Formats: sequence, structure tokens, C-alpha cells
Amino acid sequence: MGGRLMPLSTVAFLVENQPGVLFKVSNLFRRRGFNIESIAVGAVEDTRYARMTISVDADTKTMNNMVDQLDKMVEVIKIKRLDPLRTIMRELLLVKLSTNDPMAREDALRYINNQHGLVLDIDEENIMAEVTGEPGELDQFLEYVKSIGIVEMSRTGITALEKGRLQL
Amino acid sequence: MTEMTGSRAFVKALEKQGVEHIFGVSGGALIPICDELLDSDMRFILGRHEQGSTHMADGYARVLNKVGVAIATSGPGATNVVTGLATAQIDSSPVVAITGQVNRAVIGTDAFQECDIIGVSASVTKYNIQVRTPEEIPYAVKRAFHIANTGRKGAVLVDIPKDCTTLSGDMVFPDKVEFRGYNPNPVPNSQELDWAAKILSDAQRPVIMAGGGVIASGASKELVEMAELLMAPTATSLMGKGAIPGDHPLALGLCGMHGTMQANMIVPKSDVLLVVGARFSDRTTGKIADFTANTRIVHIDIDQSEIDKNVETVTRVVGDAKLALQGLIDRVKQQRLISTDWHKRIDEFRCVFDYETEKNGKYLRAPAVVRALREEMPRDAIVTTEVGQNQMWAALHYDAYEPRTFFTSGGLGTMGWGFPASIGAKAAKPDVPVVDIAGDGSFGMTENSMATAVEEELPVIVVVLNNNVLGMVAQWQRLFYDERYSAVKLKGNPDFVKLAEAYGAEGVRVESLDHFRTAVRRAKEADVPTVIDVPIHPDENVMPMVPPGMGLNDTLWEAD
Ligand SMILES: Cc1ncc(C[n+]2csc(CCOP(=O)(O)OP(=O)(O)O)c2C)c(N)n1
Repeated sequence: MGGRLMPLSTVAFLVENQPGVLFKVSNLFRRRGFNIESIAVGAVEDTRYARMTISVDADTKTMNNMVDQLDKMVEVIKIKRLDPLRTIMRELLLVKLSTNDPMAREDALRYINNQHGLVLDIDEENIMAEVTGEPGELDQFLEYVKSIGIVEMSRTGITALEKGRLQL
Repeated sequence: MTEMTGSRAFVKALEKQGVEHIFGVSGGALIPICDELLDSDMRFILGRHEQGSTHMADGYARVLNKVGVAIATSGPGATNVVTGLATAQIDSSPVVAITGQVNRAVIGTDAFQECDIIGVSASVTKYNIQVRTPEEIPYAVKRAFHIANTGRKGAVLVDIPKDCTTLSGDMVFPDKVEFRGYNPNPVPNSQELDWAAKILSDAQRPVIMAGGGVIASGASKELVEMAELLMAPTATSLMGKGAIPGDHPLALGLCGMHGTMQANMIVPKSDVLLVVGARFSDRTTGKIADFTANTRIVHIDIDQSEIDKNVETVTRVVGDAKLALQGLIDRVKQQRLISTDWHKRIDEFRCVFDYETEKNGKYLRAPAVVRALREEMPRDAIVTTEVGQNQMWAALHYDAYEPRTFFTSGGLGTMGWGFPASIGAKAAKPDVPVVDIAGDGSFGMTENSMATAVEEELPVIVVVLNNNVLGMVAQWQRLFYDERYSAVKLKGNPDFVKLAEAYGAEGVRVESLDHFRTAVRRAKEADVPTVIDVPIHPDENVMPMVPPGMGLNDTLWEAD
């Protein structure tokens, strides 16, 4: 990541919670040449439906067409392009840092605390932490801990809800 | 609720949809369904290859504006359907394909004749669905027909595991199916209509381009009314042929790579271009920048995702073409004060076909043959085409006078489509003469459908414009590759007359235009299919032509 010219565009949409729907959505992205930067999906309160949040690096024209194409899918119930100013976006990161060195361990704990992260697991060699934040904050956090040594990591992808009375 | 087997429920569900014809090939996974079909009044038209039978269903659907049903067994049967579905889908033709599938217990194990047809067909269908229980069958059928035949029509596939057809269940046949994510709204927004009407009313040099959407929505009458109201010259895309009668004074003919001279010259000179139910394919627009340089585009389409996809518009109306045109006509009638006689310029550009040279040595000239065919056919005759030069000669020289009389694989350009599609068309309208204008290469691709045509007593006519070459490719090699002919010569063509006879059809090779006319007249009366083999010079080009990458203004009239 990093070095991006445009901010990512994010769409949220509700789909039928059925086998094969994720395939069809990603197949549509592949076929039309849209590039997914991040994708998050999970059932909503009515478990017949799932909510997907997809971020892409695309210009307005491509983005509009992408929304139209998704909207056309029978399995897509509603869709909205999210306005970043009126949306809360979050992402969760699990990261395992190599902390053999006591200094490294101290640095790691400091960065994790600064980012209000949680330490989930710790032993002589590693610390595993959970960090949540805006996607940019996670990028920043990863920048900091890179020098400590990232053993492995996993990001959930951006998930988002609009503020106040706005909704999908 | 009634207890019955899945296959019984399937057949009943089709009957409830008013299905009368099914096109397909049987197989292991379909035996229970085929068995059940024996007790039904629906006619099973047995193909010789599932691609052909799916094209038959497509041709049938296009003629009747009713869902065409194709059926195939699992595995290779299902994969053979894919070209048929892709062809139907891109041309918005309502086709429902039913594929057999292996038993549920072995799905995912690479069982004999298992193929993940849901995965394979996802990109070439509007929707697809695999049935999971016998009880789902009536719902799946209802959904499939509804989706295929509403909004922008298209291809739908229903995959049915074999054990779902043999097992019984308590079946409910829904009168209606509801979708939270699918509610096509044909009614245009009145504000969009107001804006569009304003722009049209102020146009000095209005031009209309009509696409397949006009035919799909049955909006030809409205289209012609709008053209006359604006006095707008009206071109069509390949799919829009027949939207305005070819002999209407405002009709320009086809626009695009092989458009008519008058269409390609007039369209870019417009100040407002009303595009109805067309999707700006690169073959229709030529170079996009030139296409849009001087004109403002008003786009009507039922499919929101077509708006601004290929070409930027000044305003759009999303909705059914007929309703949109009606709304615009009402408004423009009240607002338009301008009257222009700009349509008179059509004649400046009209290039008259040279009738004198009907022959070229022992060969006939393809345009003359197609024009003679037009004269021999009643106004409501149905024409299908193959792909290549034959298709363009047909598009340029065969005037369609009525909607739903000219059919071609416009979007996918599927060689081998026209012949089986003509058989489907004949099944749909047995009393109307049906002709496939073919090339020898294309005809070779699905010529085995002849067995079906003979067996089912569907006497279609095939006019093979036989140049012993993959002509359109050869034309490109002649014009843009220094006449280096690679992989185009068809030296091993069969004798098409004998081929026809081998199937129990009629075959005739013609030597003159008069001979051709006689052959056509005879074929119209025949009760078996007829193949008319017409020798065409291998070097004959389709003209006019816009060289690839160029704009409509660069249309060449002669190839030099
Ligand atoms: C299934 C398929 N394969 C290949 C092509 C590429 N192609 C386009 S036109 C053409 C030549 C068609 O030859 P023929 O049917 O003899 O018609 P002609 O151009 O000579 O009239 C070919 C090979 C195609 N459109 N469809």
C-alpha cells in the first residue's frame, strides 16, 4: 500500500447470504477489470443477508460503472457509495512481532499502547497484538513496527457505517 | 402442496410458463426429465450439438419475444451450451438453459460428467442458480423465467442435480416470485424526460440511432413517430435493424464499421444524437473521440449500467424505450419550434449500389444476391445471418421492413449462430419463410443442425455465400496485412449440394442471378430445407468500411 494518488473509494452493499454470492461479486470485479483493494463481509442482523464493504482504487467514472454493475446483480439488494466525510471506517489488524530483544519488546508495547491496541499473546519470542483504527492509522502503525520485525500479519479489510441518520 | 417427483415438478413448472418448445440434447443426468417430457405436450426438438440447440432456443426467443428453453446434460452437455448463452446474453435475448448435474452427494468430487457449470457460466449469464432440493425446482424455474424475460432481457441457467429430479417432495408452484435485489423499473423519470425533451426540441441537426432495445421493447412505432416529429435521419446499430423500415425516407441504414455511407457521414454531423436502446459498441461508433466530437448525446436505455459506460452523454433517460419515447414525443410536440430541412442532406451522401456488375467471371456479386433475395421475400420474411462478410452484406443490402425480422449475433459475433437460429425461428413461425444468409466457414460450424431441421420438418433456406475462404478475416489480411493470407483458405469445403442431399434436404448451386431467384422461389415452396450454394469471388470485399481505429468520417467507399 502507500503511494496512492487518489483516496480509495468505498462501497457498501447488502447481498443475499448464499453460497456462491461472494464468487459472483469477485468474478464481476475480475471480469470488468476493477481492482479490489480490500473486501470485508459478514452477515447482518437478518442472517439471510450479508453486508459487503469493498474499497477500490478507481476514478469516478469507473466507480460509477462499478456501482451500476453491482446493482444489476440479482443477488445485490442495495448498494451505496460511501461519502468519506459522513462515514466511519475501521479496519482490524492482527500482527505478530518478533520481540526476542527486550528493547524491541518495549518498543512494540509502546506502539501498541499508543494505538490503543491489545496484546493477545506473548511469549519469549513474539507478541501478538490486535489493533483497530482507520485504514490509514494501521498503515502508519505498520510503518512504525516494521523495524521491530513483523513475523506475520492479517488485516480484515475496511468495514464502514455511515454516521447519524444515514444508512444503506 | 402436492407430492410429486422433481422431474414431474420441473415439467409442470415449464408448462405453467407456457413453454411449447424445448431445444436440446439428452444425457444421463437428464433421463428422468426426458422421461417425464414424454407425457407432456411440449415439443422436444432434438439437436445434434448443444451449441446448435441453444442457438435454436435463442432464435426462437428473438422471433417470439418469449423465453426460449435450451436443455443439456451435465458436463460436456453443459459446457457446449456456453457459447449459446454468451451469444444470447450479450444480445439481450431471453433464453433459459437447463442443465443436468451429477447427484448432490458427489458434487465437488470430480464425478463422471461433473462440471461446475455455475462457475463456468457466471460471466455469460444474467443469473444462474443451482437447485439444492427437489422442492426448489418450481421456484428456480419461475425465477429463471422472470429474470430472463424482464428488464434488460438475457440468459439464465438453472442447474439441476439428478437426484433432485428423481426424489419426490411436497411441491408448491408459486404464482409470483419476489426478489429484494431485482426490480427493474421500466418507467422513466419525468425530470429526465423533461431535460432530454428540452435538448431534442432545440436541436438544429437531430439524428437518431436506434439499437436492439427499440425492438426488444416494441417501440418501433414510437421511434418512427419521433423521427418524423424531429425530421431526424435515423440510423440503426446492427441489433437495431428493422426498428425503422429500411425503405422509410428518413432511414439511413446501418451505422458503424460497415455502415452505409449516408449513416456514417450524417451521424457525426448531428448536433444532437438521440440514441435509443443501443450500447455504443466499438463496432458501431468507430473511434469514440470522433463519434462524440460535435454532438450532444441523449441516451435512452433500460440498463442504467450502459449509461456513460462507453460514451459520455449530456442527458439520459433510464427506462423502457417505448415508454421513454412516448414521454419524449408528448413533450417535444409541445416545445419544438424549430423546423429544419437538414434531413435533405441524406441524399448528398447516399451511395447507390452498382447494380450493373452482378457477375464477376463465374462468380456472383454478393450484394446483388442479397438484394435479389430481398425482392423475392415477402416483407415479413425472417432473415438470420452468420458472421463475417455474409453478415455485413446482409446488414447493408437486405432491408428489414419490420422489427423482429432480421436477426444476427451482433454482440458476440458467433459463427454458426445463424443456421440453428433460423431453425428456432421457423419453429416459432412455421408459416413465414426463414432464410439464413451464411458464409461457408460459418455454415460448417453448425451445419449438423440440418438433421434437426429435416427431422422436425422445418424447411429453412440457407443461402451460402460461398467464397471458399474465411472471408472477413481474409479481407483484413488483404487490406491491412499485405495480402498475407494465413489460416483462412477453406480448400476442404464439402460440396454443399451433396451435403444437403445427404441430410435429405434440397441442394442447388446457382450460376446466375436469375437462377438464384428461381432457386429461392422453389425453396420457399419446398417442404424440406434448401441449401443454395452461391459462388462468390474469394477477393470480394465488403464496402463501405471504416478502417479499424478510425472514425465514421473516415469511411472508405472503395478498397484502395
Ligand atoms: C466461432 C467463431 N470463430 C471465429 C470467428 C472469427 N471470424 C470472424 S469472421 C470469420 C470468417 C467467417 O467466414 P465465413 O463464415 O466463410 O464468412 P465470410 O466472411 O466468408 O462471409 C472468422 C473466422 C468468429 N467470429 N466466430
